[in-house]
Amino acid sequence: MKQLARAKPITRRSFLKASAATTGGLVIGFNLPAGNRLANAQPAPAAVPPNAYLRIARDGAVTVQVKHLEFGQGVMTSLPMLVAEELGCDWSKVRAELAPAAPVYAHTMFGMQMTGGSSSVVNSYTQMRTVGAMAREMLISAAANQWKVEAAQCRVENGQVLGPGGRKAGFGELADAANALKAPDKVTLKDAKDFRIIGKPTRRIDAPAKVNGSAKFGLDITPKTIPNLHTAVVKHPPMFGARVAKIDATKVKGLPGVTHVVQISNGVAVVAKNFWAAKKGRDLLEVTWNLDAASKANSPDLKKSYRELAQKPGLIAKAGNTDAIKGAAKNVTAEYEAPFLAHAPMEPLNCTVNLKADSCEIWVGSQFQTVDQAAAAKAAGLKPEQVKLNTMIAGGGFGRRANPAADYIIEAVEIAKEAKVPVKTVWTREDDIRGGYYRPMYVHKVEAGLDAAGRIVGWDHTIVGQSIIAGTTFEPFMVKDGVDATSVEGVADTPYDIPGMRATLHTTKDGVPALWWRSVGHTHTAFVMETMMDELAKAAGKDPVAFRREYLGKHPRVLNVLNLAAEKAGWGKPTPKGVGRGIAVHESFGSVCAHVADVVLEKGAIRVLRVVSVIDCGLVVNPLTVTAQIESATVYGLSAALYGQVTLKNGEVEQSNFHDYPVLRMNEMPKMEVHIVPGGKEPTGVGEPGTPPVAPAVANAVFALTGKRLREMPFKI
Amino acid sequence: MIRFSVNGERIETDVAGDTPLLWFLRDNLELTGTKYGCGMALCGACTVHVNGEAVRACVTPISTLSGKKVTTIEVVGKSAVGKKVQEAWLSEDVVQCGYCQSGQIMAAAALLAKNKAPTDPQIDAAMNGNICRCGTYNRVRAAIKVAAGISARPVAKVKA
Repeated sequence: MKQLARAKPITRRSFLKASAATTGGLVIGFNLPAGNRLANAQPAPAAVPPNAYLRIARDGAVTVQVKHLEFGQGVMTSLPMLVAEELGCDWSKVRAELAPAAPVYAHTMFGMQMTGGSSSVVNSYTQMRTVGAMAREMLISAAANQWKVEAAQCRVENGQVLGPGGRKAGFGELADAANALKAPDKVTLKDAKDFRIIGKPTRRIDAPAKVNGSAKFGLDITPKTIPNLHTAVVKHPPMFGARVAKIDATKVKGLPGVTHVVQISNGVAVVAKNFWAAKKGRDLLEVTWNLDAASKANSPDLKKSYRELAQKPGLIAKAGNTDAIKGAAKNVTAEYEAPFLAHAPMEPLNCTVNLKADSCEIWVGSQFQTVDQAAAAKAAGLKPEQVKLNTMIAGGGFGRRANPAADYIIEAVEIAKEAKVPVKTVWTREDDIRGGYYRPMYVHKVEAGLDAAGRIVGWDHTIVGQSIIAGTTFEPFMVKDGVDATSVEGVADTPYDIPGMRATLHTTKDGVPALWWRSVGHTHTAFVMETMMDELAKAAGKDPVAFRREYLGKHPRVLNVLNLAAEKAGWGKPTPKGVGRGIAVHESFGSVCAHVADVVLEKGAIRVLRVVSVIDCGLVVNPLTVTAQIESATVYGLSAALYGQVTLKNGEVEQSNFHDYPVLRMNEMPKMEVHIVPGGKEPTGVGEPGTPPVAPAVANAVFALTGKRLREMPFKI
Repeated sequence: MIRFSVNGERIETDVAGDTPLLWFLRDNLELTGTKYGCGMALCGACTVHVNGEAVRACVTPISTLSGKKVTTIEVVGKSAVGKKVQEAWLSEDVVQCGYCQSGQIMAAAALLAKNKAPTDPQIDAAMNGNICRCGTYNRVRAAIKVAAGISARPVAKVKA
């Protein structure tokens, strides 16, 4: 008997708040998932608040409110699968909607509504099944009451309750009666062996709307939704920290369509009747900047200063005695660089705000609804509950839409406040690439020693870079004794059982806004760990896979993924002439992923021919999603490894669009093969773990081919 | 006054001639299926058909469209090729975030309208201008082949 273990009790107030935001349609709500009855049971459709997570219409349509952002990772399919599994409904009747901001939709582990850390399915697994199970029990009770039989004599199948003597009733027919019942205090969840939906390859619910142009992203809010909607394009400071000194709008005023020029805390906005007028106005606007507090950083200087810092140990992230390195039979020392990276989601940032005296409604593809709602309220001078935040599907995000500083939300509210009209902000691609909140730049130095038998005797690892967490509300939880956990994850907690290993951290302050980027610290730590392991294997005269095995005795799951990847990719068999093969394995977000990359050199450039991947993400909810996410994360990591870098010159970002911030295109795609380890008991992360091991797998493959070690990203040959 | 057609409807407009077709579609006609990604014809998210050719709407001023026929993602499924492409996109479970997919589908439909059985290099040439940050390229390629009837590689055994 499992109970509502992780779901927090829902207060009537929070429920009503949530329901007020979701009302719509001729539907009857179930009052779930709390143990209490949450809504009145009057059957008048318009008066019945739909439930926070689930509503069943009289026609049997089942609508799941998805509390996470859908931005490609498939939650609009996987979360409804969890509900449907327990509910026993007809899958073809299942719909999904993105939930607005409300306390009831808080992440069950993090206590706020958010999407990140590859945790959407992980934290919803029990909660969403419980939602489905409670609705199932209420439907069964409703049917049993009508038939005057025991509930135990009834069961559900494919959207119907079946009772003794061939009685049957559809969920839709029972919805009103079920709605009048008290929600059960306890429910029994299915045994995994009885799963019919969980684990089945299931196509995406959101796909049809995305192939016919009808899916509404944040950018697609129009005056149809909000009459008198204006568009704003912002002139942001040319350097981080610069301030507006003087505005000359002479050339802008009188431009057809332009209605306002307003100063905000991070620049000047041109507001117009449409995007093109606003953009023209923004480009003609002349702003003089106060550079007193501006960052004037230069990437080459930063690298140099980081490298200098890396020569001495920093604050302890993992304690260990490295004395044995000095007397080791062999020493290997290497330094690594990773640049600033922009997220560059396909849908540029945008936010729509309709601000009134006592309310504010927002439409935004947000990974951070709770944070964004609070930030909007503060900027508007309202209380959070006066801000209604509608979650729009987003065209990617990769962390950029989870900003503790809520930069693009606050900006939109400020503009709406000044211009006194409903406003949609649209960032151009240039604004996006130059807008900061990057994966920080890092330098690593590793000194390691091997004994005569080719075993590691010491590993001294120094990391230098900005903190993503410092200065945010997450600092008390994620920075300990000066060490930001996200700066050292993947090194300090490596599954390799390395004797004499120490890791230390220098946290720099460069004034360049930093943020998590798909797989966060693992983006650089996996690269260093896995290329260094390769280097040590070579120095030890051992096969890279066999060498890694020696240090994975305590981590059978990692070992298994490594072995499986080697087997699936034909590790140890000779590669065709001119082809190099490399392997890397890394644990992140509770999962383990390994890639084996085959590379060739084409006209002096690295071309990846094939990536064979193995993922152990525990219990698999939707294998199609898992495969797609590993492919996606691999391509994302490959773009960064081969091309990704944002550089600064006198504080200004040198890149601006896809010509100078290139990403992988179709002709550069490797063949991909994803193998999923079966048999997990609970789900672990899926969206990010595929990214970290791809850069080291490629670097190791290039070494195998050329003998050249790649220690700087993006790779140059 | 500029006269052209969008999705079979006649348009007469005095909107500034330098307005890119992309923003005319999105802001004036509220046809939001065509997406903005870069504004410089670098990413292909805004791909539409002008007289059947795949064109980047973000760099196509409406002044160049006199007498021309514009087709967008909203109606591409009315053509036999467009419908096949959309169906293949669903059968191959191509989309992730989906933002670039209007452009991918329009580019693919334009390719298949001219070339019933494109080779891999021909697919590369037609599709290289379309960026997907979710990395769905291999599925895009597979879907194009399914739509063309070249291959029917099912992604997996899949529920209805």
